Amino acid sequence: MEDMIFYDRLQFAFTITFHYIFPQLTMGLSLIIVYFKWKYLRKKVEKYNDAAKFFMKIFAINFTMGVVTGIPMEFQFGTNWAKFSELTGSIIGQTLAMEGMFSFFLESSFLALFIFGEKLMGQKLHFLTGFLVFLGSWASGWFILATNAWMQHPVGYEILENGKFVLNNFSALFSNPWLLPAFLHNQIAAVVTSSFVVASVGAFYILRNKNIEYGKLFLKTGVVLGLVSSVLLAFPTGDWNAKNVAKYQPASFAAMEGIFETEEAGSEIILIGQPNMVEKKIDNKIAVPNILSFLTYQKWDKQIPGMDQFKKEELPNNVPALYYSYHIMVGLGTIFIGIMSLAVFFLWKRKLYNIKPLLWAIMFLFPFPYIANITGWYTAELGRQPYLVYGLLKTSDGISPTVSSGNTLFTLLGFVGLYMLLGLLFLVLVGKTIHLGPKHQTY
Amino acid sequence: MEIFWFIIIAVVLAVFFILDGYDFGVGIIHLFWAKKEKDKEVIAKSAGLFWDSNEVWLVAAGGMLFMAFPTFYASVFSGFYLPLIIVLWLIIFRAIGLEFRSQFKHQMWKDMWDKSFGISSLLLALFFGIALGNIVRGVNLGGVQNNISTYEGHYFFLPLWNNRFSPLSEHPGVIDWFTIIIGLITVVVLAIHGANWIILKTTSSINKQLKKVVLKLNIMLLLLTIFSLGIWQIINPNSLNNFIDKPYLIIFPIIYFSALIGLFFIKKLKKDIQPFVLSTLLILGGITSSLASMFPVILPSTNTINESLTIYNTAATEYGLLVALNWGIVGFILLFVYMIIQKRLMGGKIDKMDYGH
Ligand code: HDD
Ligand code: HEM
Ligand code: HEM
Repeated sequence: MEDMIFYDRLQFAFTITFHYIFPQLTMGLSLIIVYFKWKYLRKKVEKYNDAAKFFMKIFAINFTMGVVTGIPMEFQFGTNWAKFSELTGSIIGQTLAMEGMFSFFLESSFLALFIFGEKLMGQKLHFLTGFLVFLGSWASGWFILATNAWMQHPVGYEILENGKFVLNNFSALFSNPWLLPAFLHNQIAAVVTSSFVVASVGAFYILRNKNIEYGKLFLKTGVVLGLVSSVLLAFPTGDWNAKNVAKYQPASFAAMEGIFETEEAGSEIILIGQPNMVEKKIDNKIAVPNILSFLTYQKWDKQIPGMDQFKKEELPNNVPALYYSYHIMVGLGTIFIGIMSLAVFFLWKRKLYNIKPLLWAIMFLFPFPYIANITGWYTAELGRQPYLVYGLLKTSDGISPTVSSGNTLFTLLGFVGLYMLLGLLFLVLVGKTIHLGPKHQTY
Repeated sequence: MEIFWFIIIAVVLAVFFILDGYDFGVGIIHLFWAKKEKDKEVIAKSAGLFWDSNEVWLVAAGGMLFMAFPTFYASVFSGFYLPLIIVLWLIIFRAIGLEFRSQFKHQMWKDMWDKSFGISSLLLALFFGIALGNIVRGVNLGGVQNNISTYEGHYFFLPLWNNRFSPLSEHPGVIDWFTIIIGLITVVVLAIHGANWIILKTTSSINKQLKKVVLKLNIMLLLLTIFSLGIWQIINPNSLNNFIDKPYLIIFPIIYFSALIGLFFIKKLKKDIQPFVLSTLLILGGITSSLASMFPVILPSTNTINESLTIYNTAATEYGLLVALNWGIVGFILLFVYMIIQKRLMGGKIDKMDYGH
């Protein structure tokens, strides 16, 4: 039983982590593509149109990956989490089915038109199809987050005698207080990823002294948008999410912030340190007193419950992983704001294109938003433990009763192998697209 | 309400098999009949342009099934664990083949992905058919052994096969000679459908030859169909009772057989669209007949201890189904609008189109 749960979770974690590499870029990139296309309509300068089509090419490769890795996610609810599906399917099935109906259809129908239909449709319609692709991909984020928000903070449900969760208030799914902050934070995080990617391609072209005109456009767009979105990510959206966690999942909040003991007069914020689960303290700690209470409740001496206040069964079962995930996300977020401020400052001074070290830094920065996004999700998902539906359904009660751990291990290994191949091909294709440059694409 | 959602999901699934079905069929044709490089290119393209928007129908059907019949979703997906995951892998493999074949102009590269596209299409068609066969045949719900259930009555787990490959044994596997036959039927149907799609969408040099291929496949199909009906009677003597009790259901098999017969006249058909319409009806008729023969059961139990899964004992509650209907209608209207727009802009032969570069 124990190893069964372990392999199920490992397989889910592996496949969703891989899946989420792709949508975060498509969601952000679609916005940037719409921006370039709009610029082209206004200014009628060819380079904007080339830029839009160039990134649409990268978008399309990502989209394909998103689709093929997304289908296993949906299947897994049934294959590996059958009990969970049976008990909650009539609720989370709503949002998942709506995602298919309202966003995937929209996105995929108009993506084909955007890629192949420029001449057939004329510029205005072409812009419109681009916009609809954007709408589709954000709608998909909205519905999937509504699903997740229900798992983090269940609303609008009723539990029948046989243990099944049934819906009794549809609109509550979308007015869930967890949803809006999570959606905004997540979407802005996707914009961060894609603006860093755009900036990185720009820096690459400038450093290589190739496609300079595009390089400058990409770099400029990327760093400006990168700065704006990084700031929005920390404040107000990150802060807003933290307040939600403190309010609705106090046990995860304590674990995520690494508060082992409740402090009477206001909690300190831990900047650096390693959780020591045996002695129940943070090793090598650097902390600032009372800040956490202030950030969370705007009161310096507000008491925040530490892990000592909760029963062991209520606490997330992997505190160190949760703590590190959270601190990596926040740490990277802070670094992003720093580097992008620097870049925008030099852009404004008209020096950015000549500062080689900064360009190199920007070029190699693009993996980090991916890491921040993934660790952000690990924070959310590990923090939800030991529950699948917070407070109501334990993770161990959600797995399929009939699938053996040997089978899951087998399929997990299969996914690992296949995804390695997929990842390799993905890199080759994107690399090839970037290498060819915006001017010489074939479709 | 349950009936309503059952119909909607059946339609969405049928659309998936009609749309993605030609994709699979194209893969099969590509594997066996496309010889010249130019034809291969065109044929792969006739599938490649649309596969991801077609696959969305699978996702949609899955989502709706999850929402409307959660118990069925949970039972079937965990019970058919291995074949489903294999289907997933094949879907991924096929997509890789399609997307990557034309990325490098190197013969070996192309050949490699051509084969992966073709073989995974073939296997997918086979597996989907086997899945249908399993659903029609039924499974050992509750994992009954010596008259005692080993799981809750609506769960089961099937091995890939048992040592006799027999649908009649107490613990049938996923693959047995009955499901294999249904699998073969599916392969043949989809190959016909794919050939008709190529005839419709391209001007490849093998279009004439493909009509002959369709004829041959059609003969095979007729034989296999009759054969499978016979076997089905042996496995489950009551299999056709629904048609006797509710005679209006006969319309579905009639659709199937008229399309089958119609396809024998393929050479006489003047318009390229006509064969495609016929094979569309063939798929539609096939799926609806199978479902109609079981209704309202959606997964028969092969033991007498646990009752079969029906649309009633697996459905979500009334309220959920009702709100879903409201947004569902809006969704379908939007969907039709998209499809009309897409078809108006993207109709015509693929290889004659200019994609604006
Ligand atoms: C580029 C990625 C990125 C960056 C730099 C940040 N985040 Fe984040 N964060 C995410 C990407 C992300 C995410 C992946 O998008 C999450 C996961 C769930 C969600 O809705 O968004 C998330 C969740 C998330 C949560 C909810 C965790 C839970 O549900 O238990 C909190 C409290 C924060 N973030 C707080 C912050 C703060 C204070 C940041 C300060 C800079 C920050 N995040 C930067
Ligand atoms: C928004 C949609 C999401 C939903 C509905 C969802 C749902 C689930 C479910 C059902 C599980 C399995 C049970 C469990 O172990 O808790 C799970 C686990 C997990 N998910 Fe998510 N997830 C979502 C998004 C994500 C994303 C985007 C990531 C990361 C990139 C992620 C990371 C994980 C991880 C790491 C686990 C394993 C947790 C553990 O090992 O304890 N999830 N999630
Ligand atoms: C457990 C969680 C998840 C499941 C079950 C899931 C399911 C899916 C499925 C089935 C697809 C393919 C759709 C198609 O055929 O077009 C897909 C693609 C996509 N998913 Fe996920 N997904 C999950 C997590 C997420 C998360 C957390 C996000 C972001 C918020 C996300 C955003 C997308 C987007 C935007 C696409 C469209 C394809 C693309 O643009 O790459 N998914 N997902």
